Amino acid sequence: MGHGGGGALSAELVEHLFLPAFGAAAADAGLGDSAVVGVAGGRLAFTTDSSVVRPMFFPGGTIGDLAVNGTVNDLAMVGAVPLVLSTAFILEEGTALADLGRIAGAMGAAALVAGVRLVTGDTKVVDRGSGDQVFITTAGIGVLADGVDLRPERSAPGDVVIVSGELGLHGVAVLSCRAGLEFGTSVASDTAPLHGLVAAMLATGADVHALRDPTRGGLAATLNEIAGAAGVGIELDERRIPVPAEVADACGLLGLDPLQVANEGKLVAMVPAVDADRVLEAMHRHPQGRGATVVGACVEGHPGTVVARTGLGGTRVVDLPLGEQLPRIC
Amino acid sequence: MRYLEEFADPDLARRLLDRIHASVTRPWAIMEVCGGQTHSIIRHGIDQLLPEEVELIHGPGCPVCVTPLESIDRALAIAARPEVIFCSFGDMLRVPGSRQDLFGVRSRGGDVRVVYSPLDALALARANPDREVVFFGIGFETTAPANALAVHQADRLGIGNFSLLVSHVLVPPALAAIMESPSCRVQAFLAAGHVCSVMGTGEYPPLAERYRVPIVVTGFEPLDILEGIRRAVDQLESGRHELENAYPRAVPAEGNPVARAMLRDVFEVTDRAWRGIGVIPGSGWRLSGRYRAHDAELRFDVAGVRTEESPSCRSGEVLQGLIRPSECEAFGRRCTPRTPLGATMVSSEGACAAYHRSRRLEAPGPAGG
Repeated sequence: MGHGGGGALSAELVEHLFLPAFGAAAADAGLGDSAVVGVAGGRLAFTTDSSVVRPMFFPGGTIGDLAVNGTVNDLAMVGAVPLVLSTAFILEEGTALADLGRIAGAMGAAALVAGVRLVTGDTKVVDRGSGDQVFITTAGIGVLADGVDLRPERSAPGDVVIVSGELGLHGVAVLSCRAGLEFGTSVASDTAPLHGLVAAMLATGADVHALRDPTRGGLAATLNEIAGAAGVGIELDERRIPVPAEVADACGLLGLDPLQVANEGKLVAMVPAVDADRVLEAMHRHPQGRGATVVGACVEGHPGTVVARTGLGGTRVVDLPLGEQLPRIC
Repeated sequence: MRYLEEFADPDLARRLLDRIHASVTRPWAIMEVCGGQTHSIIRHGIDQLLPEEVELIHGPGCPVCVTPLESIDRALAIAARPEVIFCSFGDMLRVPGSRQDLFGVRSRGGDVRVVYSPLDALALARANPDREVVFFGIGFETTAPANALAVHQADRLGIGNFSLLVSHVLVPPALAAIMESPSCRVQAFLAAGHVCSVMGTGEYPPLAERYRVPIVVTGFEPLDILEGIRRAVDQLESGRHELENAYPRAVPAEGNPVARAMLRDVFEVTDRAWRGIGVIPGSGWRLSGRYRAHDAELRFDVAGVRTEESPSCRSGEVLQGLIRPSECEAFGRRCTPRTPLGATMVSSEGACAAYHRSRRLEAPGPAGG
């Protein structure tokens, strides 16, 4: 079960099971958010993502907008302009049509906001008990402009780490209404498409090295992946990481680390220090980047490891979450 | 009040640190008893800010770490039964038994659920009268009152399909056991604040006296911990050995009388095995005679499940502060967070897992897990 949590166990499943089993057919597969495929006359980005979030409706969104925005953002993180999406539904027999209608409506609305078209799809129904109401898989295609090259491996010592806004909102919003854990909070999911923000960042002409959206596993998982892929160390300044008070409180209560909590409308950018100011300026002018801020930097030391300087001036290792986040007892 | 921020104020922390630095004249080994304190120390990097003379030894107060393998195996046996809904706090799911963990039972079809309160498990029992609902009652005096309340309510409301698998442990006997060890290095304790908020402070002055050891009841936020350390160092430097309460905003001397009355009614003291340490006399609770009908161990007849610890796991010595995790031959080799031999490598606040994380900073190269 932990193999779907976006942490170390997920990565192992891909590296040790899927890629070896796929063999030569997956020889070109990378571990980025989207694959970049050369075609006559240009480059396409291609990605796919499945949504199984429970509950299906949560403050700020539904499984439907999440399915659209998740795939749009995977395309955006390689710098692509998203064009078209496919939608595939696995429905459990007995799922309320009203719920399905609400989810589909949210998908249409999200696609409209993102400026992508839903061009093909598929629906399967499984016996009651073989699924859990609604699972959605979306795949997406986008186009890349010449010269755009965003890859975690490009991160290098001297880069600064920028996050686009407040962290932890989606994860806390979903937890707040999960069965058995209902707690009152004003936190709503941040689910949103990010390609507009990415376009604004790239338009500055800055040599942005890498972008990732810190979804499952949060900022901790994303930065560990980048540090591992690029063979660099990353140092964070914990006081500069934007965690809203409501998120900090909920995490304190549940014993969760806000840095490991999921986001659905935020990005992390690895940018050479000389370009940081103009990228930040462009981000601040965009609705999805108003809260953008530098939270740390890439360093030569401790390659593959993410370290945070704490509010008190100590340091701690920011670990890759192993699997599902489990509330601590004490 | 921005409670969490105020008790992590960097300026006040600096002032406490300055006072600790100013007062210390020689090496001292202080044990923080509770896993929550260990977590906070690591989380905020407090250990690196202390004078090098002050060594913090991570104590046995992590319920995940000390729950014996045998209890885990009993839980696994019960959870695998088709009629059972097995409820647990989340972080017990990954603790390895002798062959698998609760995640493994769940993926083989066992109905294992994470709940956030034993009362949620009780509600499940009411909603599923045709199933047996079992709650894994582990932890110290802190988690015990809610478990006691759940059993008490089940009894009062006649909810016969609810039972508790009890593996409760008690702090004061463990402190005594640590001090009795011939190779004990502990010179002062930061007592677990939340345990004392339930039980009060009355159990500790006799321990402080008998073992001539300072005991400071300490909270969990950075300033709480620094204040606890400051007072412990003060006592050590001035040759005192007293009970002090550095967490009065949560700990009245008498504790929580309502909770204590409930505990006296529902539980009775018993000998209890601690993972890696062994049996400590009078160090646990089991259900009292009146509530025996809700004892999952009897209901599912798992008392016969007996398990030995891995002989190569030295977590018991780690939990008592006798060795550092890195002195264990298996550490970082056969035993990593992915392949833990003992629970101290499982829990994020376990001493071995904490060492394993921070070690990567000192030894560049491939991280072991």
